[in-house]
Amino acid sequence: MKRSRDTNALISIGIVGLIILFGAPQTLDLFEIISLTTAVSLAILALSLGLIWGFGGILCFGQTAFFGIGAYAYAIAALNFGGSTSAIVLAILVAAAAAAILGYFMFYGRLSDVYLAVITLTVTLILYSVIRRTSGPEYKIGIAKLGGFNGINVPPINYPWDANQFLFPEQVFYVAMVSLLGAYFLCVWLTKSHFGRVCISIRENEIRSELLGYDIRLYKLGMFTVGGAIAGLAGVMFANSIGRITPDVYNLYNAALAIIWVIIGGRGTLIGPILGALVLFYLTSFLGRQAVVNINFFLGLVLIIFVLVVPKGIVPSLVQLWDRRRSRRMTARSAKRIRRRGRSRFKEATFEE
Amino acid sequence: MDLFAALALQIIYGIANLVLISIGLAVIFGMMRVINLAHGEFLMLGGYTVIVSTNSGVNIWVAMLILAPLVVGLIGLIVEWVLIRFLYGRMVDTLLATWGLSLLFIGLITTIFGAQTATTISPPFGAISIGEFSSSGYEVFLIFVAIILVLLVYLLLRYTKLGLVARGTMQAADMAAALGISTQRVYSMTFGIGSALSGLAGGLLAPITGVLPTIGAIYIGKAFITVISGGTAILAGTASASILLGGVNGIVSFIIGPTMGEVALLLLAIVLLRLMPQGITGRFFKRSL
Amino acid sequence: MRSEVVLETRGLSMHFGGVVAVDRVDFSLRENELRCLIGPNGAGKSTFFKCLTAQLSPTAGEVVIRDFNVTGSEPHQVARMGVGIKTQVPNVFDGLDVEENIWLSASQSASIKRARVITSEVIERLQLGDVRKVQLGSLAHGQRQQVELGMVLAGEPWLVILDEPTAGMTPDEVIRTADIIQEINKSATMIIVEHDMQFIRMIARRVTVFHQGQILIEGGMDEVSSDDKVREIYLGQRKVQ
Repeated sequence: MKRSRDTNALISIGIVGLIILFGAPQTLDLFEIISLTTAVSLAILALSLGLIWGFGGILCFGQTAFFGIGAYAYAIAALNFGGSTSAIVLAILVAAAAAAILGYFMFYGRLSDVYLAVITLTVTLILYSVIRRTSGPEYKIGIAKLGGFNGINVPPINYPWDANQFLFPEQVFYVAMVSLLGAYFLCVWLTKSHFGRVCISIRENEIRSELLGYDIRLYKLGMFTVGGAIAGLAGVMFANSIGRITPDVYNLYNAALAIIWVIIGGRGTLIGPILGALVLFYLTSFLGRQAVVNINFFLGLVLIIFVLVVPKGIVPSLVQLWDRRRSRRMTARSAKRIRRRGRSRFKEATFEE
Repeated sequence: MDLFAALALQIIYGIANLVLISIGLAVIFGMMRVINLAHGEFLMLGGYTVIVSTNSGVNIWVAMLILAPLVVGLIGLIVEWVLIRFLYGRMVDTLLATWGLSLLFIGLITTIFGAQTATTISPPFGAISIGEFSSSGYEVFLIFVAIILVLLVYLLLRYTKLGLVARGTMQAADMAAALGISTQRVYSMTFGIGSALSGLAGGLLAPITGVLPTIGAIYIGKAFITVISGGTAILAGTASASILLGGVNGIVSFIIGPTMGEVALLLLAIVLLRLMPQGITGRFFKRSL
Repeated sequence: MRSEVVLETRGLSMHFGGVVAVDRVDFSLRENELRCLIGPNGAGKSTFFKCLTAQLSPTAGEVVIRDFNVTGSEPHQVARMGVGIKTQVPNVFDGLDVEENIWLSASQSASIKRARVITSEVIERLQLGDVRKVQLGSLAHGQRQQVELGMVLAGEPWLVILDEPTAGMTPDEVIRTADIIQEINKSATMIIVEHDMQFIRMIARRVTVFHQGQILIEGGMDEVSSDDKVREIYLGQRKVQ
């Protein structure tokens, strides 16, 4: 019963995704499409954190590090290669490699989750402060200048292997949306695979996983690397939607946002963080426009409230409520059935005598 | 020779700087195993207290040495009372909630004071000269303050009743409770004192760094690396980590540049944690304060 | 013909600061033995257990399993050698259901297909069919212990090390567990750390008595239980059954 419920949910998500994919360019204007593309790329980032945190039990406060590395690597590679196709692949690989290297030191050093969280946060903050200071023309990779706090202008995506044909914003949206759907279903598949199930068991009880013979360091490293790659992909999409990439991708505010998306959306799910990112993107844009109280105040308040009161997040809490209502209805219905059956059996028995 | 002296001074100041920004956090972490992600904001609030009060006519020394620690200490007590005490033992939730708190403070200060600096103040003491190099006299002053602060905390922990009670609670909270000590009171006071130390440090650094609502972000990374690399012994940990990390930072900054100095600090910390996951005082100086 | 030694410790010591929990223990285990480790609280049995399973890295001495020196290795490496381990405090996956728990154990060493078969067999053998899809966190303590035993079995181990397998079990469950253990012993070598004297009497052949970190005496159950020194250290330790 439960399995078909999960499959139904996945199918629904797929359908909604396709509707948005094909429907959005028809119904939204140019500015809204570009906005949505940005929101979608942030949703991919949220997905990556939701994966490693919710299913891997890895508390990473600095997922923006790999997001930013992906974005910067794409921009630098695209400028140097003169085309975007291999740049995208390279950017994802660089982000994954960064995650693998950092992950090696953290997981093989058997750092506890609290230390992990702080170290990853520090990495993204250091990236922020270091890249900010690269304004001088001497800071460049190939022909791409890092640009310090002004950042880099991102060359737009072109058709695969045809550097002269650039993609229009609607087409960039297609790429981003397909990436989101692809990444989502990849994560779903991953969490149901043997590898994913072992990662979940590690999250549940590390000692027992080890005593079963699983090298938990390796599994965590694998999960973290995949998360880094997806974050890198998000960075590539983000760079293309915004057009310019600055060190702000690494800053404390964005790092906090990533965590907030997952907490609000729902930590144990993959769709929760995606929805959290989408909702918060539009909410923060709206709140940011009213200048009375600074937005950080609201974000902080929301985070505190959710940690204290709704720790599971919105999607799991809703699912729980829905289940409880269903089971109450079912119990009433089945109680009637059992009563009726019992009565008829009783009748049979007495007649037989 | 003069260059060497000037360089040595820079490096020692770097170490003192780390000590200043970390000691408040070290007290709270060492005593309560609470990682307060709003620590940077406590430093920021200390800075704002100094700048706002000084610009309103309060004497700068009163502002830095009395007002800043008092104000931030009080804020710390309130925070502990309203938020932290509900999350004891839940380390991850404490991290998240204090991160929310950090954002809240940033938002609050930005709303009240705006996103730019609320006017800087110039550091007391002028330049001092070492041969043909001039260094900031204020930095020398801060080095002394750092040393005195470490000494004060040491004396507090070692020789006062409060220190004894605190250490007992830290090592065996149940036992302390059985002896009639209110562990809740101890935690409140510890959080208050740790916050006050952070406020003091933030206030003292305000003339050098200026204040922005977002300045906490600069402090938080370094403070955490120092505290975690140091391990759970409050003083020995902070001191040893500051010396090691600050020293490397200073040397690399001199040779290559300040940017690389920061990177070197982070890389060294990661390597240290790989080798000594419990921090320096998890391996050496195990039973020190 | 004496069977070969499959597990050995030489001069094994474990110090925690000033406390000597395990003191220069020389221990050896032969193929297909069923050895019980007993001794009063604090005697060092569980610490010894943790050294065997690589959960602790001994301060001195060696642990050798089938001629491999496993001293100081990672915990998963010992388990991968085909050693099934059950800890004193049940270590199971509380948020997952019974079937998933056992499957995770089976799938570590066997192929996915074979793992499914093993899982069904183990569930049947331990009569856990009714609670197959129940989350472990909801089960009673005794049942969780049964599931953990099932996880050990699902790995098809040749060496099984159990720490207090019957803690918190009902008398019926204890008897069932004793039967299962006897069955396991037909194909695997076993070490069992236990407190429950009645249970030990049901299954024990050779017993090692720990006291203050050292082995006090080793022998058959009768020999050991009639020993004066053993009686002395157990005086006042009588368990209310």
